[in-house]
Amino acid sequence: MKTFNLIINGEKKQVNVDPSTPVLWVLRDHLRLSGTKFGCGVAQCGACTIHLDGVAIRSCMTPISAVEDAKITTIEGLSENGDHRLQKAWAEHDVPQCGYCQAGQLMSAAALLNDNPNPEDADIDAAMNGNICRCGTYIRIKAAIKTAAKMS
Amino acid sequence: MSTIKTSIGRRSFLKSTALAGGGMMLGFSWLASCKPKTVEEVMAMPDEWFEINSYLKIGNNGVATIYTPNPEFGQNVRTSMPMLIAEELDLDWKKVIVEQAPYHAKKYGFQFTGGSRGIMSRWEPLRMVGGTAKHMLREAAAQKWQVSIDEITTENGILYHNASGQSAGYGELASDASKITVPEEVTLKEVKGFKLIGKSQKNVDVKAIVTGKPMFGMDHHEDNMLIAMIEHPPAFGMTLHSFDASEAKSMAGIQDIFSIKSIKDDYVKGGFDTNAFPEIVAIVGNSTWEVLQAKKKLKVQWKPITTYTETINGFRGQTKKTIPAGLESTVGHKSQMEKVAMSSSKVVRKDGDPEAAFKKAARIIERSYSAPYLAHNCMEPLNAFAHVDGDKARISAPIQIPNFVIPTLTSSLGIAAENIEMDLPRMGGGFGRKAYGHYVIEAALISQKVKAPVKLIYTREDDMTNGIYRPTYRATYRAALDENNELTALHVKAGGIPESPLFANRFPAGALDNYLAEEWSIDSNITIGAFRAPRSNFMAGAEQSFLDEVAEASGKDPIQFRLDLLKKAKENPVGERNDYDAERLAGVLELVREKSAWQPEEDNTHRGVSAYFCHNTYAAHVLDLSIDNGKPVVDKVCCTIDCGIVVNPDAAINMAEGAITDGVGNAFYGELTFENGAPTKNNFHQYRMIRMSEAPKEIEVHFVQNEINPTGMGEPPFPPIFGAVANALYKATGKRHYDQPFLGEKKILG
Repeated sequence: MKTFNLIINGEKKQVNVDPSTPVLWVLRDHLRLSGTKFGCGVAQCGACTIHLDGVAIRSCMTPISAVEDAKITTIEGLSENGDHRLQKAWAEHDVPQCGYCQAGQLMSAAALLNDNPNPEDADIDAAMNGNICRCGTYIRIKAAIKTAAKMS
Repeated sequence: MSTIKTSIGRRSFLKSTALAGGGMMLGFSWLASCKPKTVEEVMAMPDEWFEINSYLKIGNNGVATIYTPNPEFGQNVRTSMPMLIAEELDLDWKKVIVEQAPYHAKKYGFQFTGGSRGIMSRWEPLRMVGGTAKHMLREAAAQKWQVSIDEITTENGILYHNASGQSAGYGELASDASKITVPEEVTLKEVKGFKLIGKSQKNVDVKAIVTGKPMFGMDHHEDNMLIAMIEHPPAFGMTLHSFDASEAKSMAGIQDIFSIKSIKDDYVKGGFDTNAFPEIVAIVGNSTWEVLQAKKKLKVQWKPITTYTETINGFRGQTKKTIPAGLESTVGHKSQMEKVAMSSSKVVRKDGDPEAAFKKAARIIERSYSAPYLAHNCMEPLNAFAHVDGDKARISAPIQIPNFVIPTLTSSLGIAAENIEMDLPRMGGGFGRKAYGHYVIEAALISQKVKAPVKLIYTREDDMTNGIYRPTYRATYRAALDENNELTALHVKAGGIPESPLFANRFPAGALDNYLAEEWSIDSNITIGAFRAPRSNFMAGAEQSFLDEVAEASGKDPIQFRLDLLKKAKENPVGERNDYDAERLAGVLELVREKSAWQPEEDNTHRGVSAYFCHNTYAAHVLDLSIDNGKPVVDKVCCTIDCGIVVNPDAAINMAEGAITDGVGNAFYGELTFENGAPTKNNFHQYRMIRMSEAPKEIEVHFVQNEINPTGMGEPPFPPIFGAVANALYKATGKRHYDQPFLGEKKILG
């Protein structure tokens, strides 16, 4: 057990956990931020995607010991009032079906738009290919990303 | 469509919806438990609520809360079911709050998510809920204004008496209305009077979803809650022998490790109590990561099962099933299926004299099709929260058919059904898998043992290797053609492990003078169950691929070939029972021909057509495919659907897009194989799911416009896509594809 000081969604947090604990479980179990989802545990589905200093990472395979001092952003912190342009675009296109993967999809998409404000289809495919949507909402996700890109 | 009147037979329904209503006024403390979700909702909260019936309460400010009965797993019933109530009640949709009703059989009937039956089964009952409430509000207004109820009209949450110019919001009269006797008859709107139904409404949960609010079973949290995981046998055909938890038990954060038996020996299982591994080891601790670490250190000895017989009390009464011992493999399954397909099978339907027709045939086409096991792979792995406290149990679990879990819980826990409460959180996908509630029983037994609230979590590996899979199937089709290349007879022989996929009375039965349908099955210890459009999800692809090949052999356009058969089925049907409406099936084909501007071949694009009827809805697809560097690209799918009245069009389109994408993915890549009883894939690095770059680039969905009562959307567009993919692949490669998955691990078309 070790004490870790974290900056999550702009707030300072302290947790006392085993250093090998993945960020995913620190968020879900210890900090009660359950927007970040458990899907596979092996960084293959993208449901657990968060931002580490603005970069999209899979939190299920990132140990807490690797993120101290870094700024973590989760879906709960993507915007203050749920009004990030991607969140608005997701609502406009009524993207979700079951909704379980969508937090991860949004975090991957937000990182993409930070790097590339006007992504082409191929850029979107490349950035989003690590996020599985079992319901098959890919067409709407892509359309929503394009709509959000135009909103800036 | 004529106006529907509630009849004597429906009185019991109206009475039961009024169970908790009948004038009870509910105070603010009760409201506090409703967890308003947004600032706007809190602002809009009324000071007082008046319960009109168990589905509906109206606040003094006109805000209405609708308790939606069926569990949500992505099919969007949390929006479309409340729409049915709001339509008949003339509610202002902007002032509607949707809450998930808990499991309560007396108040909410069969709270079932599956079989594409949600909207179909609730179509009339939920409109009656709204119609009943509207009647009570109008009656209250009539009494207050001393006028006849016939003179009271409603619109957008307001009651009007035009002659006197009086009006009042629903909130003003909700108190009075809640004291009005529930009417024995109500008149429902005619289709042309709908204002909400048929107009796209946004998913009521979209904001909560995109902001990461806790809403799924997996997100359930309570103080002092422990985390549990399970260890199940590594292979089908194995069971628990013994375990050594000494090391695991001593690890940080671990509370207890023990074995559980989820079904009592003398319990007669229901059709959804499927479970290959009733004896498992449970690991309970303080946090998920700690439990995961201990799970890895657990030493378990497994032993082979012996052959046994199971009695199942299912939809079709009691049946007996043999579960054979042994460790099964895909290689063995394949040769077993080929052997059985050649020999024993049961005739299910025979029209005319197929043997003679085949004897006389100028040409016989015979083709065999196969498909592998599939894992459901819901993005949310199986999980359940349970708190068993003495003789009471409280459950919160993602479950498709809560009603079916209760008897089993009652037996396994020894707790009376009326002492079991169950909340129905949103499911992160279901696809049939979450119809089988063994994980709910397991969570409850674990809680009972540790005497604490427990959340049971399956890892992805647990979820994928403890499956209740889509079975593996095989079908052989034979067609007899005469010297003019006319189809004179058709023979289908289909089977699977452990069930046959055949629907003997569906198209093309009824369209052929000579028709023979046979089926077979092989016992297995690998558990199988419902998977999006059970059985149809294989038969549609096989049948529609075969008809495509026969059409080509006949020298006919594939759409016209199908339409000719349907014309015969409509005008001069063969046989006593045909389970489809030939006119509606022809209707979706004609519409897809028009909307896709059907030309079988265009430049570099290769087109495949397919149409199928299942789960009471008709669907057709034209799929455009091109090959890019040896990889198939689905450029576009044009889809037509006849599901009667479309309640929420954009959401229905979303369902169709999802079913098509899911179907393309499974047709290309979906496959679970077994070696020595063990699944050879346990996570997404091995089990290939369709991803964004592989999804269809464009999907267009058109609905047949009619006033037929609505049928479901979750399943019907899924099965025919397999045929459309196969037929387009043939056009692209010149090779017919008979065995799914069409690409498998091969990323390039050979």
